Amino acid sequence: MAKARVATLWLDGCSGCHMSLLDMDERLLEIAAKIELVYSPVVDAKEFPDNVDLTLVEGAIASDEDIEKIQRVRCKTKLLVALGDCAVTGNVPAMRNNFVLEDVLRRGYVENATANQGPPMNEVPKLEPKVIPLHELVAVDLFVPGCPPSADLIYFLLSEVLAGRVPDLSTRSHFGN
Amino acid sequence: MQTIRIDGVTRVEGHGRITVQLDDHGEVQDAHLHVLQFRGFEKFCEGRPFYEMPSLTARICGICPISHLLAGAKACDAIMGLRIPEAAEMLRRVVHLAQIVQSHALSFFYLSSPDFLMGWDADPSERNFLGLAEKHPDLAISGVRLRKWGQQVIELLGGKRIHTHWIVPGGVTSPLTVAVRDEILKGIPEALATATRTLQFFKHMMEKLSDEADSFGNFPTLFMTIGRKDGNLCLYGARRRHEGWLRFADADGNIVADNIHPRDYQDYIGEGVDSSSFMKAPYYKPLGFPDGIYRVGPAARLNMARQCGTPLADEALNEFRRAYAEISLSSFHNHYARLIEIIFAIERMEQILREPEILDKDIRAEAKANEPEGVGIIEAPRGTLIHHYKVDSNGMMTGANLIVATAHNTLAMNRGLKQVADRHLSGHDITEGMLNRMEGLIRSFDPCLSCATHASGSMALTVNLLDTKGNLKQCITRSR
Repeated sequence: MAKARVATLWLDGCSGCHMSLLDMDERLLEIAAKIELVYSPVVDAKEFPDNVDLTLVEGAIASDEDIEKIQRVRCKTKLLVALGDCAVTGNVPAMRNNFVLEDVLRRGYVENATANQGPPMNEVPKLEPKVIPLHELVAVDLFVPGCPPSADLIYFLLSEVLAGRVPDLSTRSHFGN
Repeated sequence: MQTIRIDGVTRVEGHGRITVQLDDHGEVQDAHLHVLQFRGFEKFCEGRPFYEMPSLTARICGICPISHLLAGAKACDAIMGLRIPEAAEMLRRVVHLAQIVQSHALSFFYLSSPDFLMGWDADPSERNFLGLAEKHPDLAISGVRLRKWGQQVIELLGGKRIHTHWIVPGGVTSPLTVAVRDEILKGIPEALATATRTLQFFKHMMEKLSDEADSFGNFPTLFMTIGRKDGNLCLYGARRRHEGWLRFADADGNIVADNIHPRDYQDYIGEGVDSSSFMKAPYYKPLGFPDGIYRVGPAARLNMARQCGTPLADEALNEFRRAYAEISLSSFHNHYARLIEIIFAIERMEQILREPEILDKDIRAEAKANEPEGVGIIEAPRGTLIHHYKVDSNGMMTGANLIVATAHNTLAMNRGLKQVADRHLSGHDITEGMLNRMEGLIRSFDPCLSCATHASGSMALTVNLLDTKGNLKQCITRSR
């Protein structure tokens, strides 16, 4: 049987969900033997490839580049998983939604700056006025809350999916802790 | 003029883009790192109770949340105007050292060692940690186990590996039990053996990496760290000894500013905006922007330390100084310094854990907000981390300023990119391996772009050579 083609994507999050993935420790190498990791921050991958079986997405959607990425990834992925509270609800990144974006930028680049003040304009993505969770923009097949989801939960998720089952996370996952 | 774009940098913690400007003869004019996302913690914390801040700012970074928890807790301690119990401070130091181990192990084994072991020009599809696990399984397993141990210690103390809620304003939430202490101590021999074995291995490897040591960010700058009274390596800074204040040294190791109280950091550190990056560029204020370039992190810390203060780490540091220099100006030596600091962290943890006072049940002091501002500073794995909070009379946040470790190195990373580009790109047809060296320079700083603003995950590497009108002249894409 061909190895499952798996990808991980990191949008507007803290990387804690990816670190939890690495926290599988030796089990990471066990899983790695059963899959082809075709795209991820932890490997030198090319552009997001076609025909991906499973993509784990960490983080919320905060910029025009995030929008472009998640739409491309959705088109090329069979099973798209919202991994962690930021992907599922917007969580901490969405806390800036209570403020006007210009004010948030002014704090960082004018009030808390002493030279060359003003928001960066070149080479940086355009920030969206509001940060949103994945399902507001694309269809999500599985929601895995947690800040971050534990390594045990991620291992269970991957094991079930690789065995061809839809994992039942109802009693295993929760928001926050 | 042509622009090369490396979009984005791989095997770093976060998403960045490198651009290099070439003149019509292919000579490098300039090089630049751009960090591409922004979250705004300094603003959206407004109106929230100050005691939420450690837990909230931990979400800046899932790699080193302990750093933000500790700097945040220290800032809150200052707002409350209290001194935390001795056992609480000892426990905070132990969990910090555990984080140094796991974070440095991530940088060395998972992110950077594929370049050393597989080669800078190796097939990009194999030049990663999973490729390493196939070709050099012993080293890969060492890395997994060392990082795992650091994370396990954090979990044993704080209940979970990432974003623990155990570190709070005033101390920690629960005391250390004998059982947990002994469980941690049990793992120390293997961790120390792994760390010293890896250092021996890397020492030999350094012989083949002299070109990188020469050209990866090798130039004089100022250095900054927090300090101890005895001049030894300082990572947390004990409040009861009035340690952990800021210190600057020049490229010869002479102290140029010392005993800077955390609350006075803005007298010495300014923050410049880089108009093409969400990561700001702090500078040493007396020299102005951008002349006040300085570096932080493992190599800077060891440059400024008299000694580490533990036997094996001191031996390793002395050996490094004999082999290279008393004051190393090369940012590539951060890799070496990280391995020395891992050894130090393990040794120091054992020393602290064997002091009986660490089992004391008094681990948390309580107070309301008594001061309008508080500043907390620690040495995070990547360098000096500053949290500065302001509150109203009810203890609600009115603003914050955060300067993370990676940002201090912004000016140095850009100068380092120029140096690598001059050495490897100028006047040549550009290959994928050359570009990987540019990324290798960035990896030697182990930047956390997630901390520095935030990061995303596009890891494609496409280089477009554009002419002055923006027309595509040459496109190189890594095929993996």
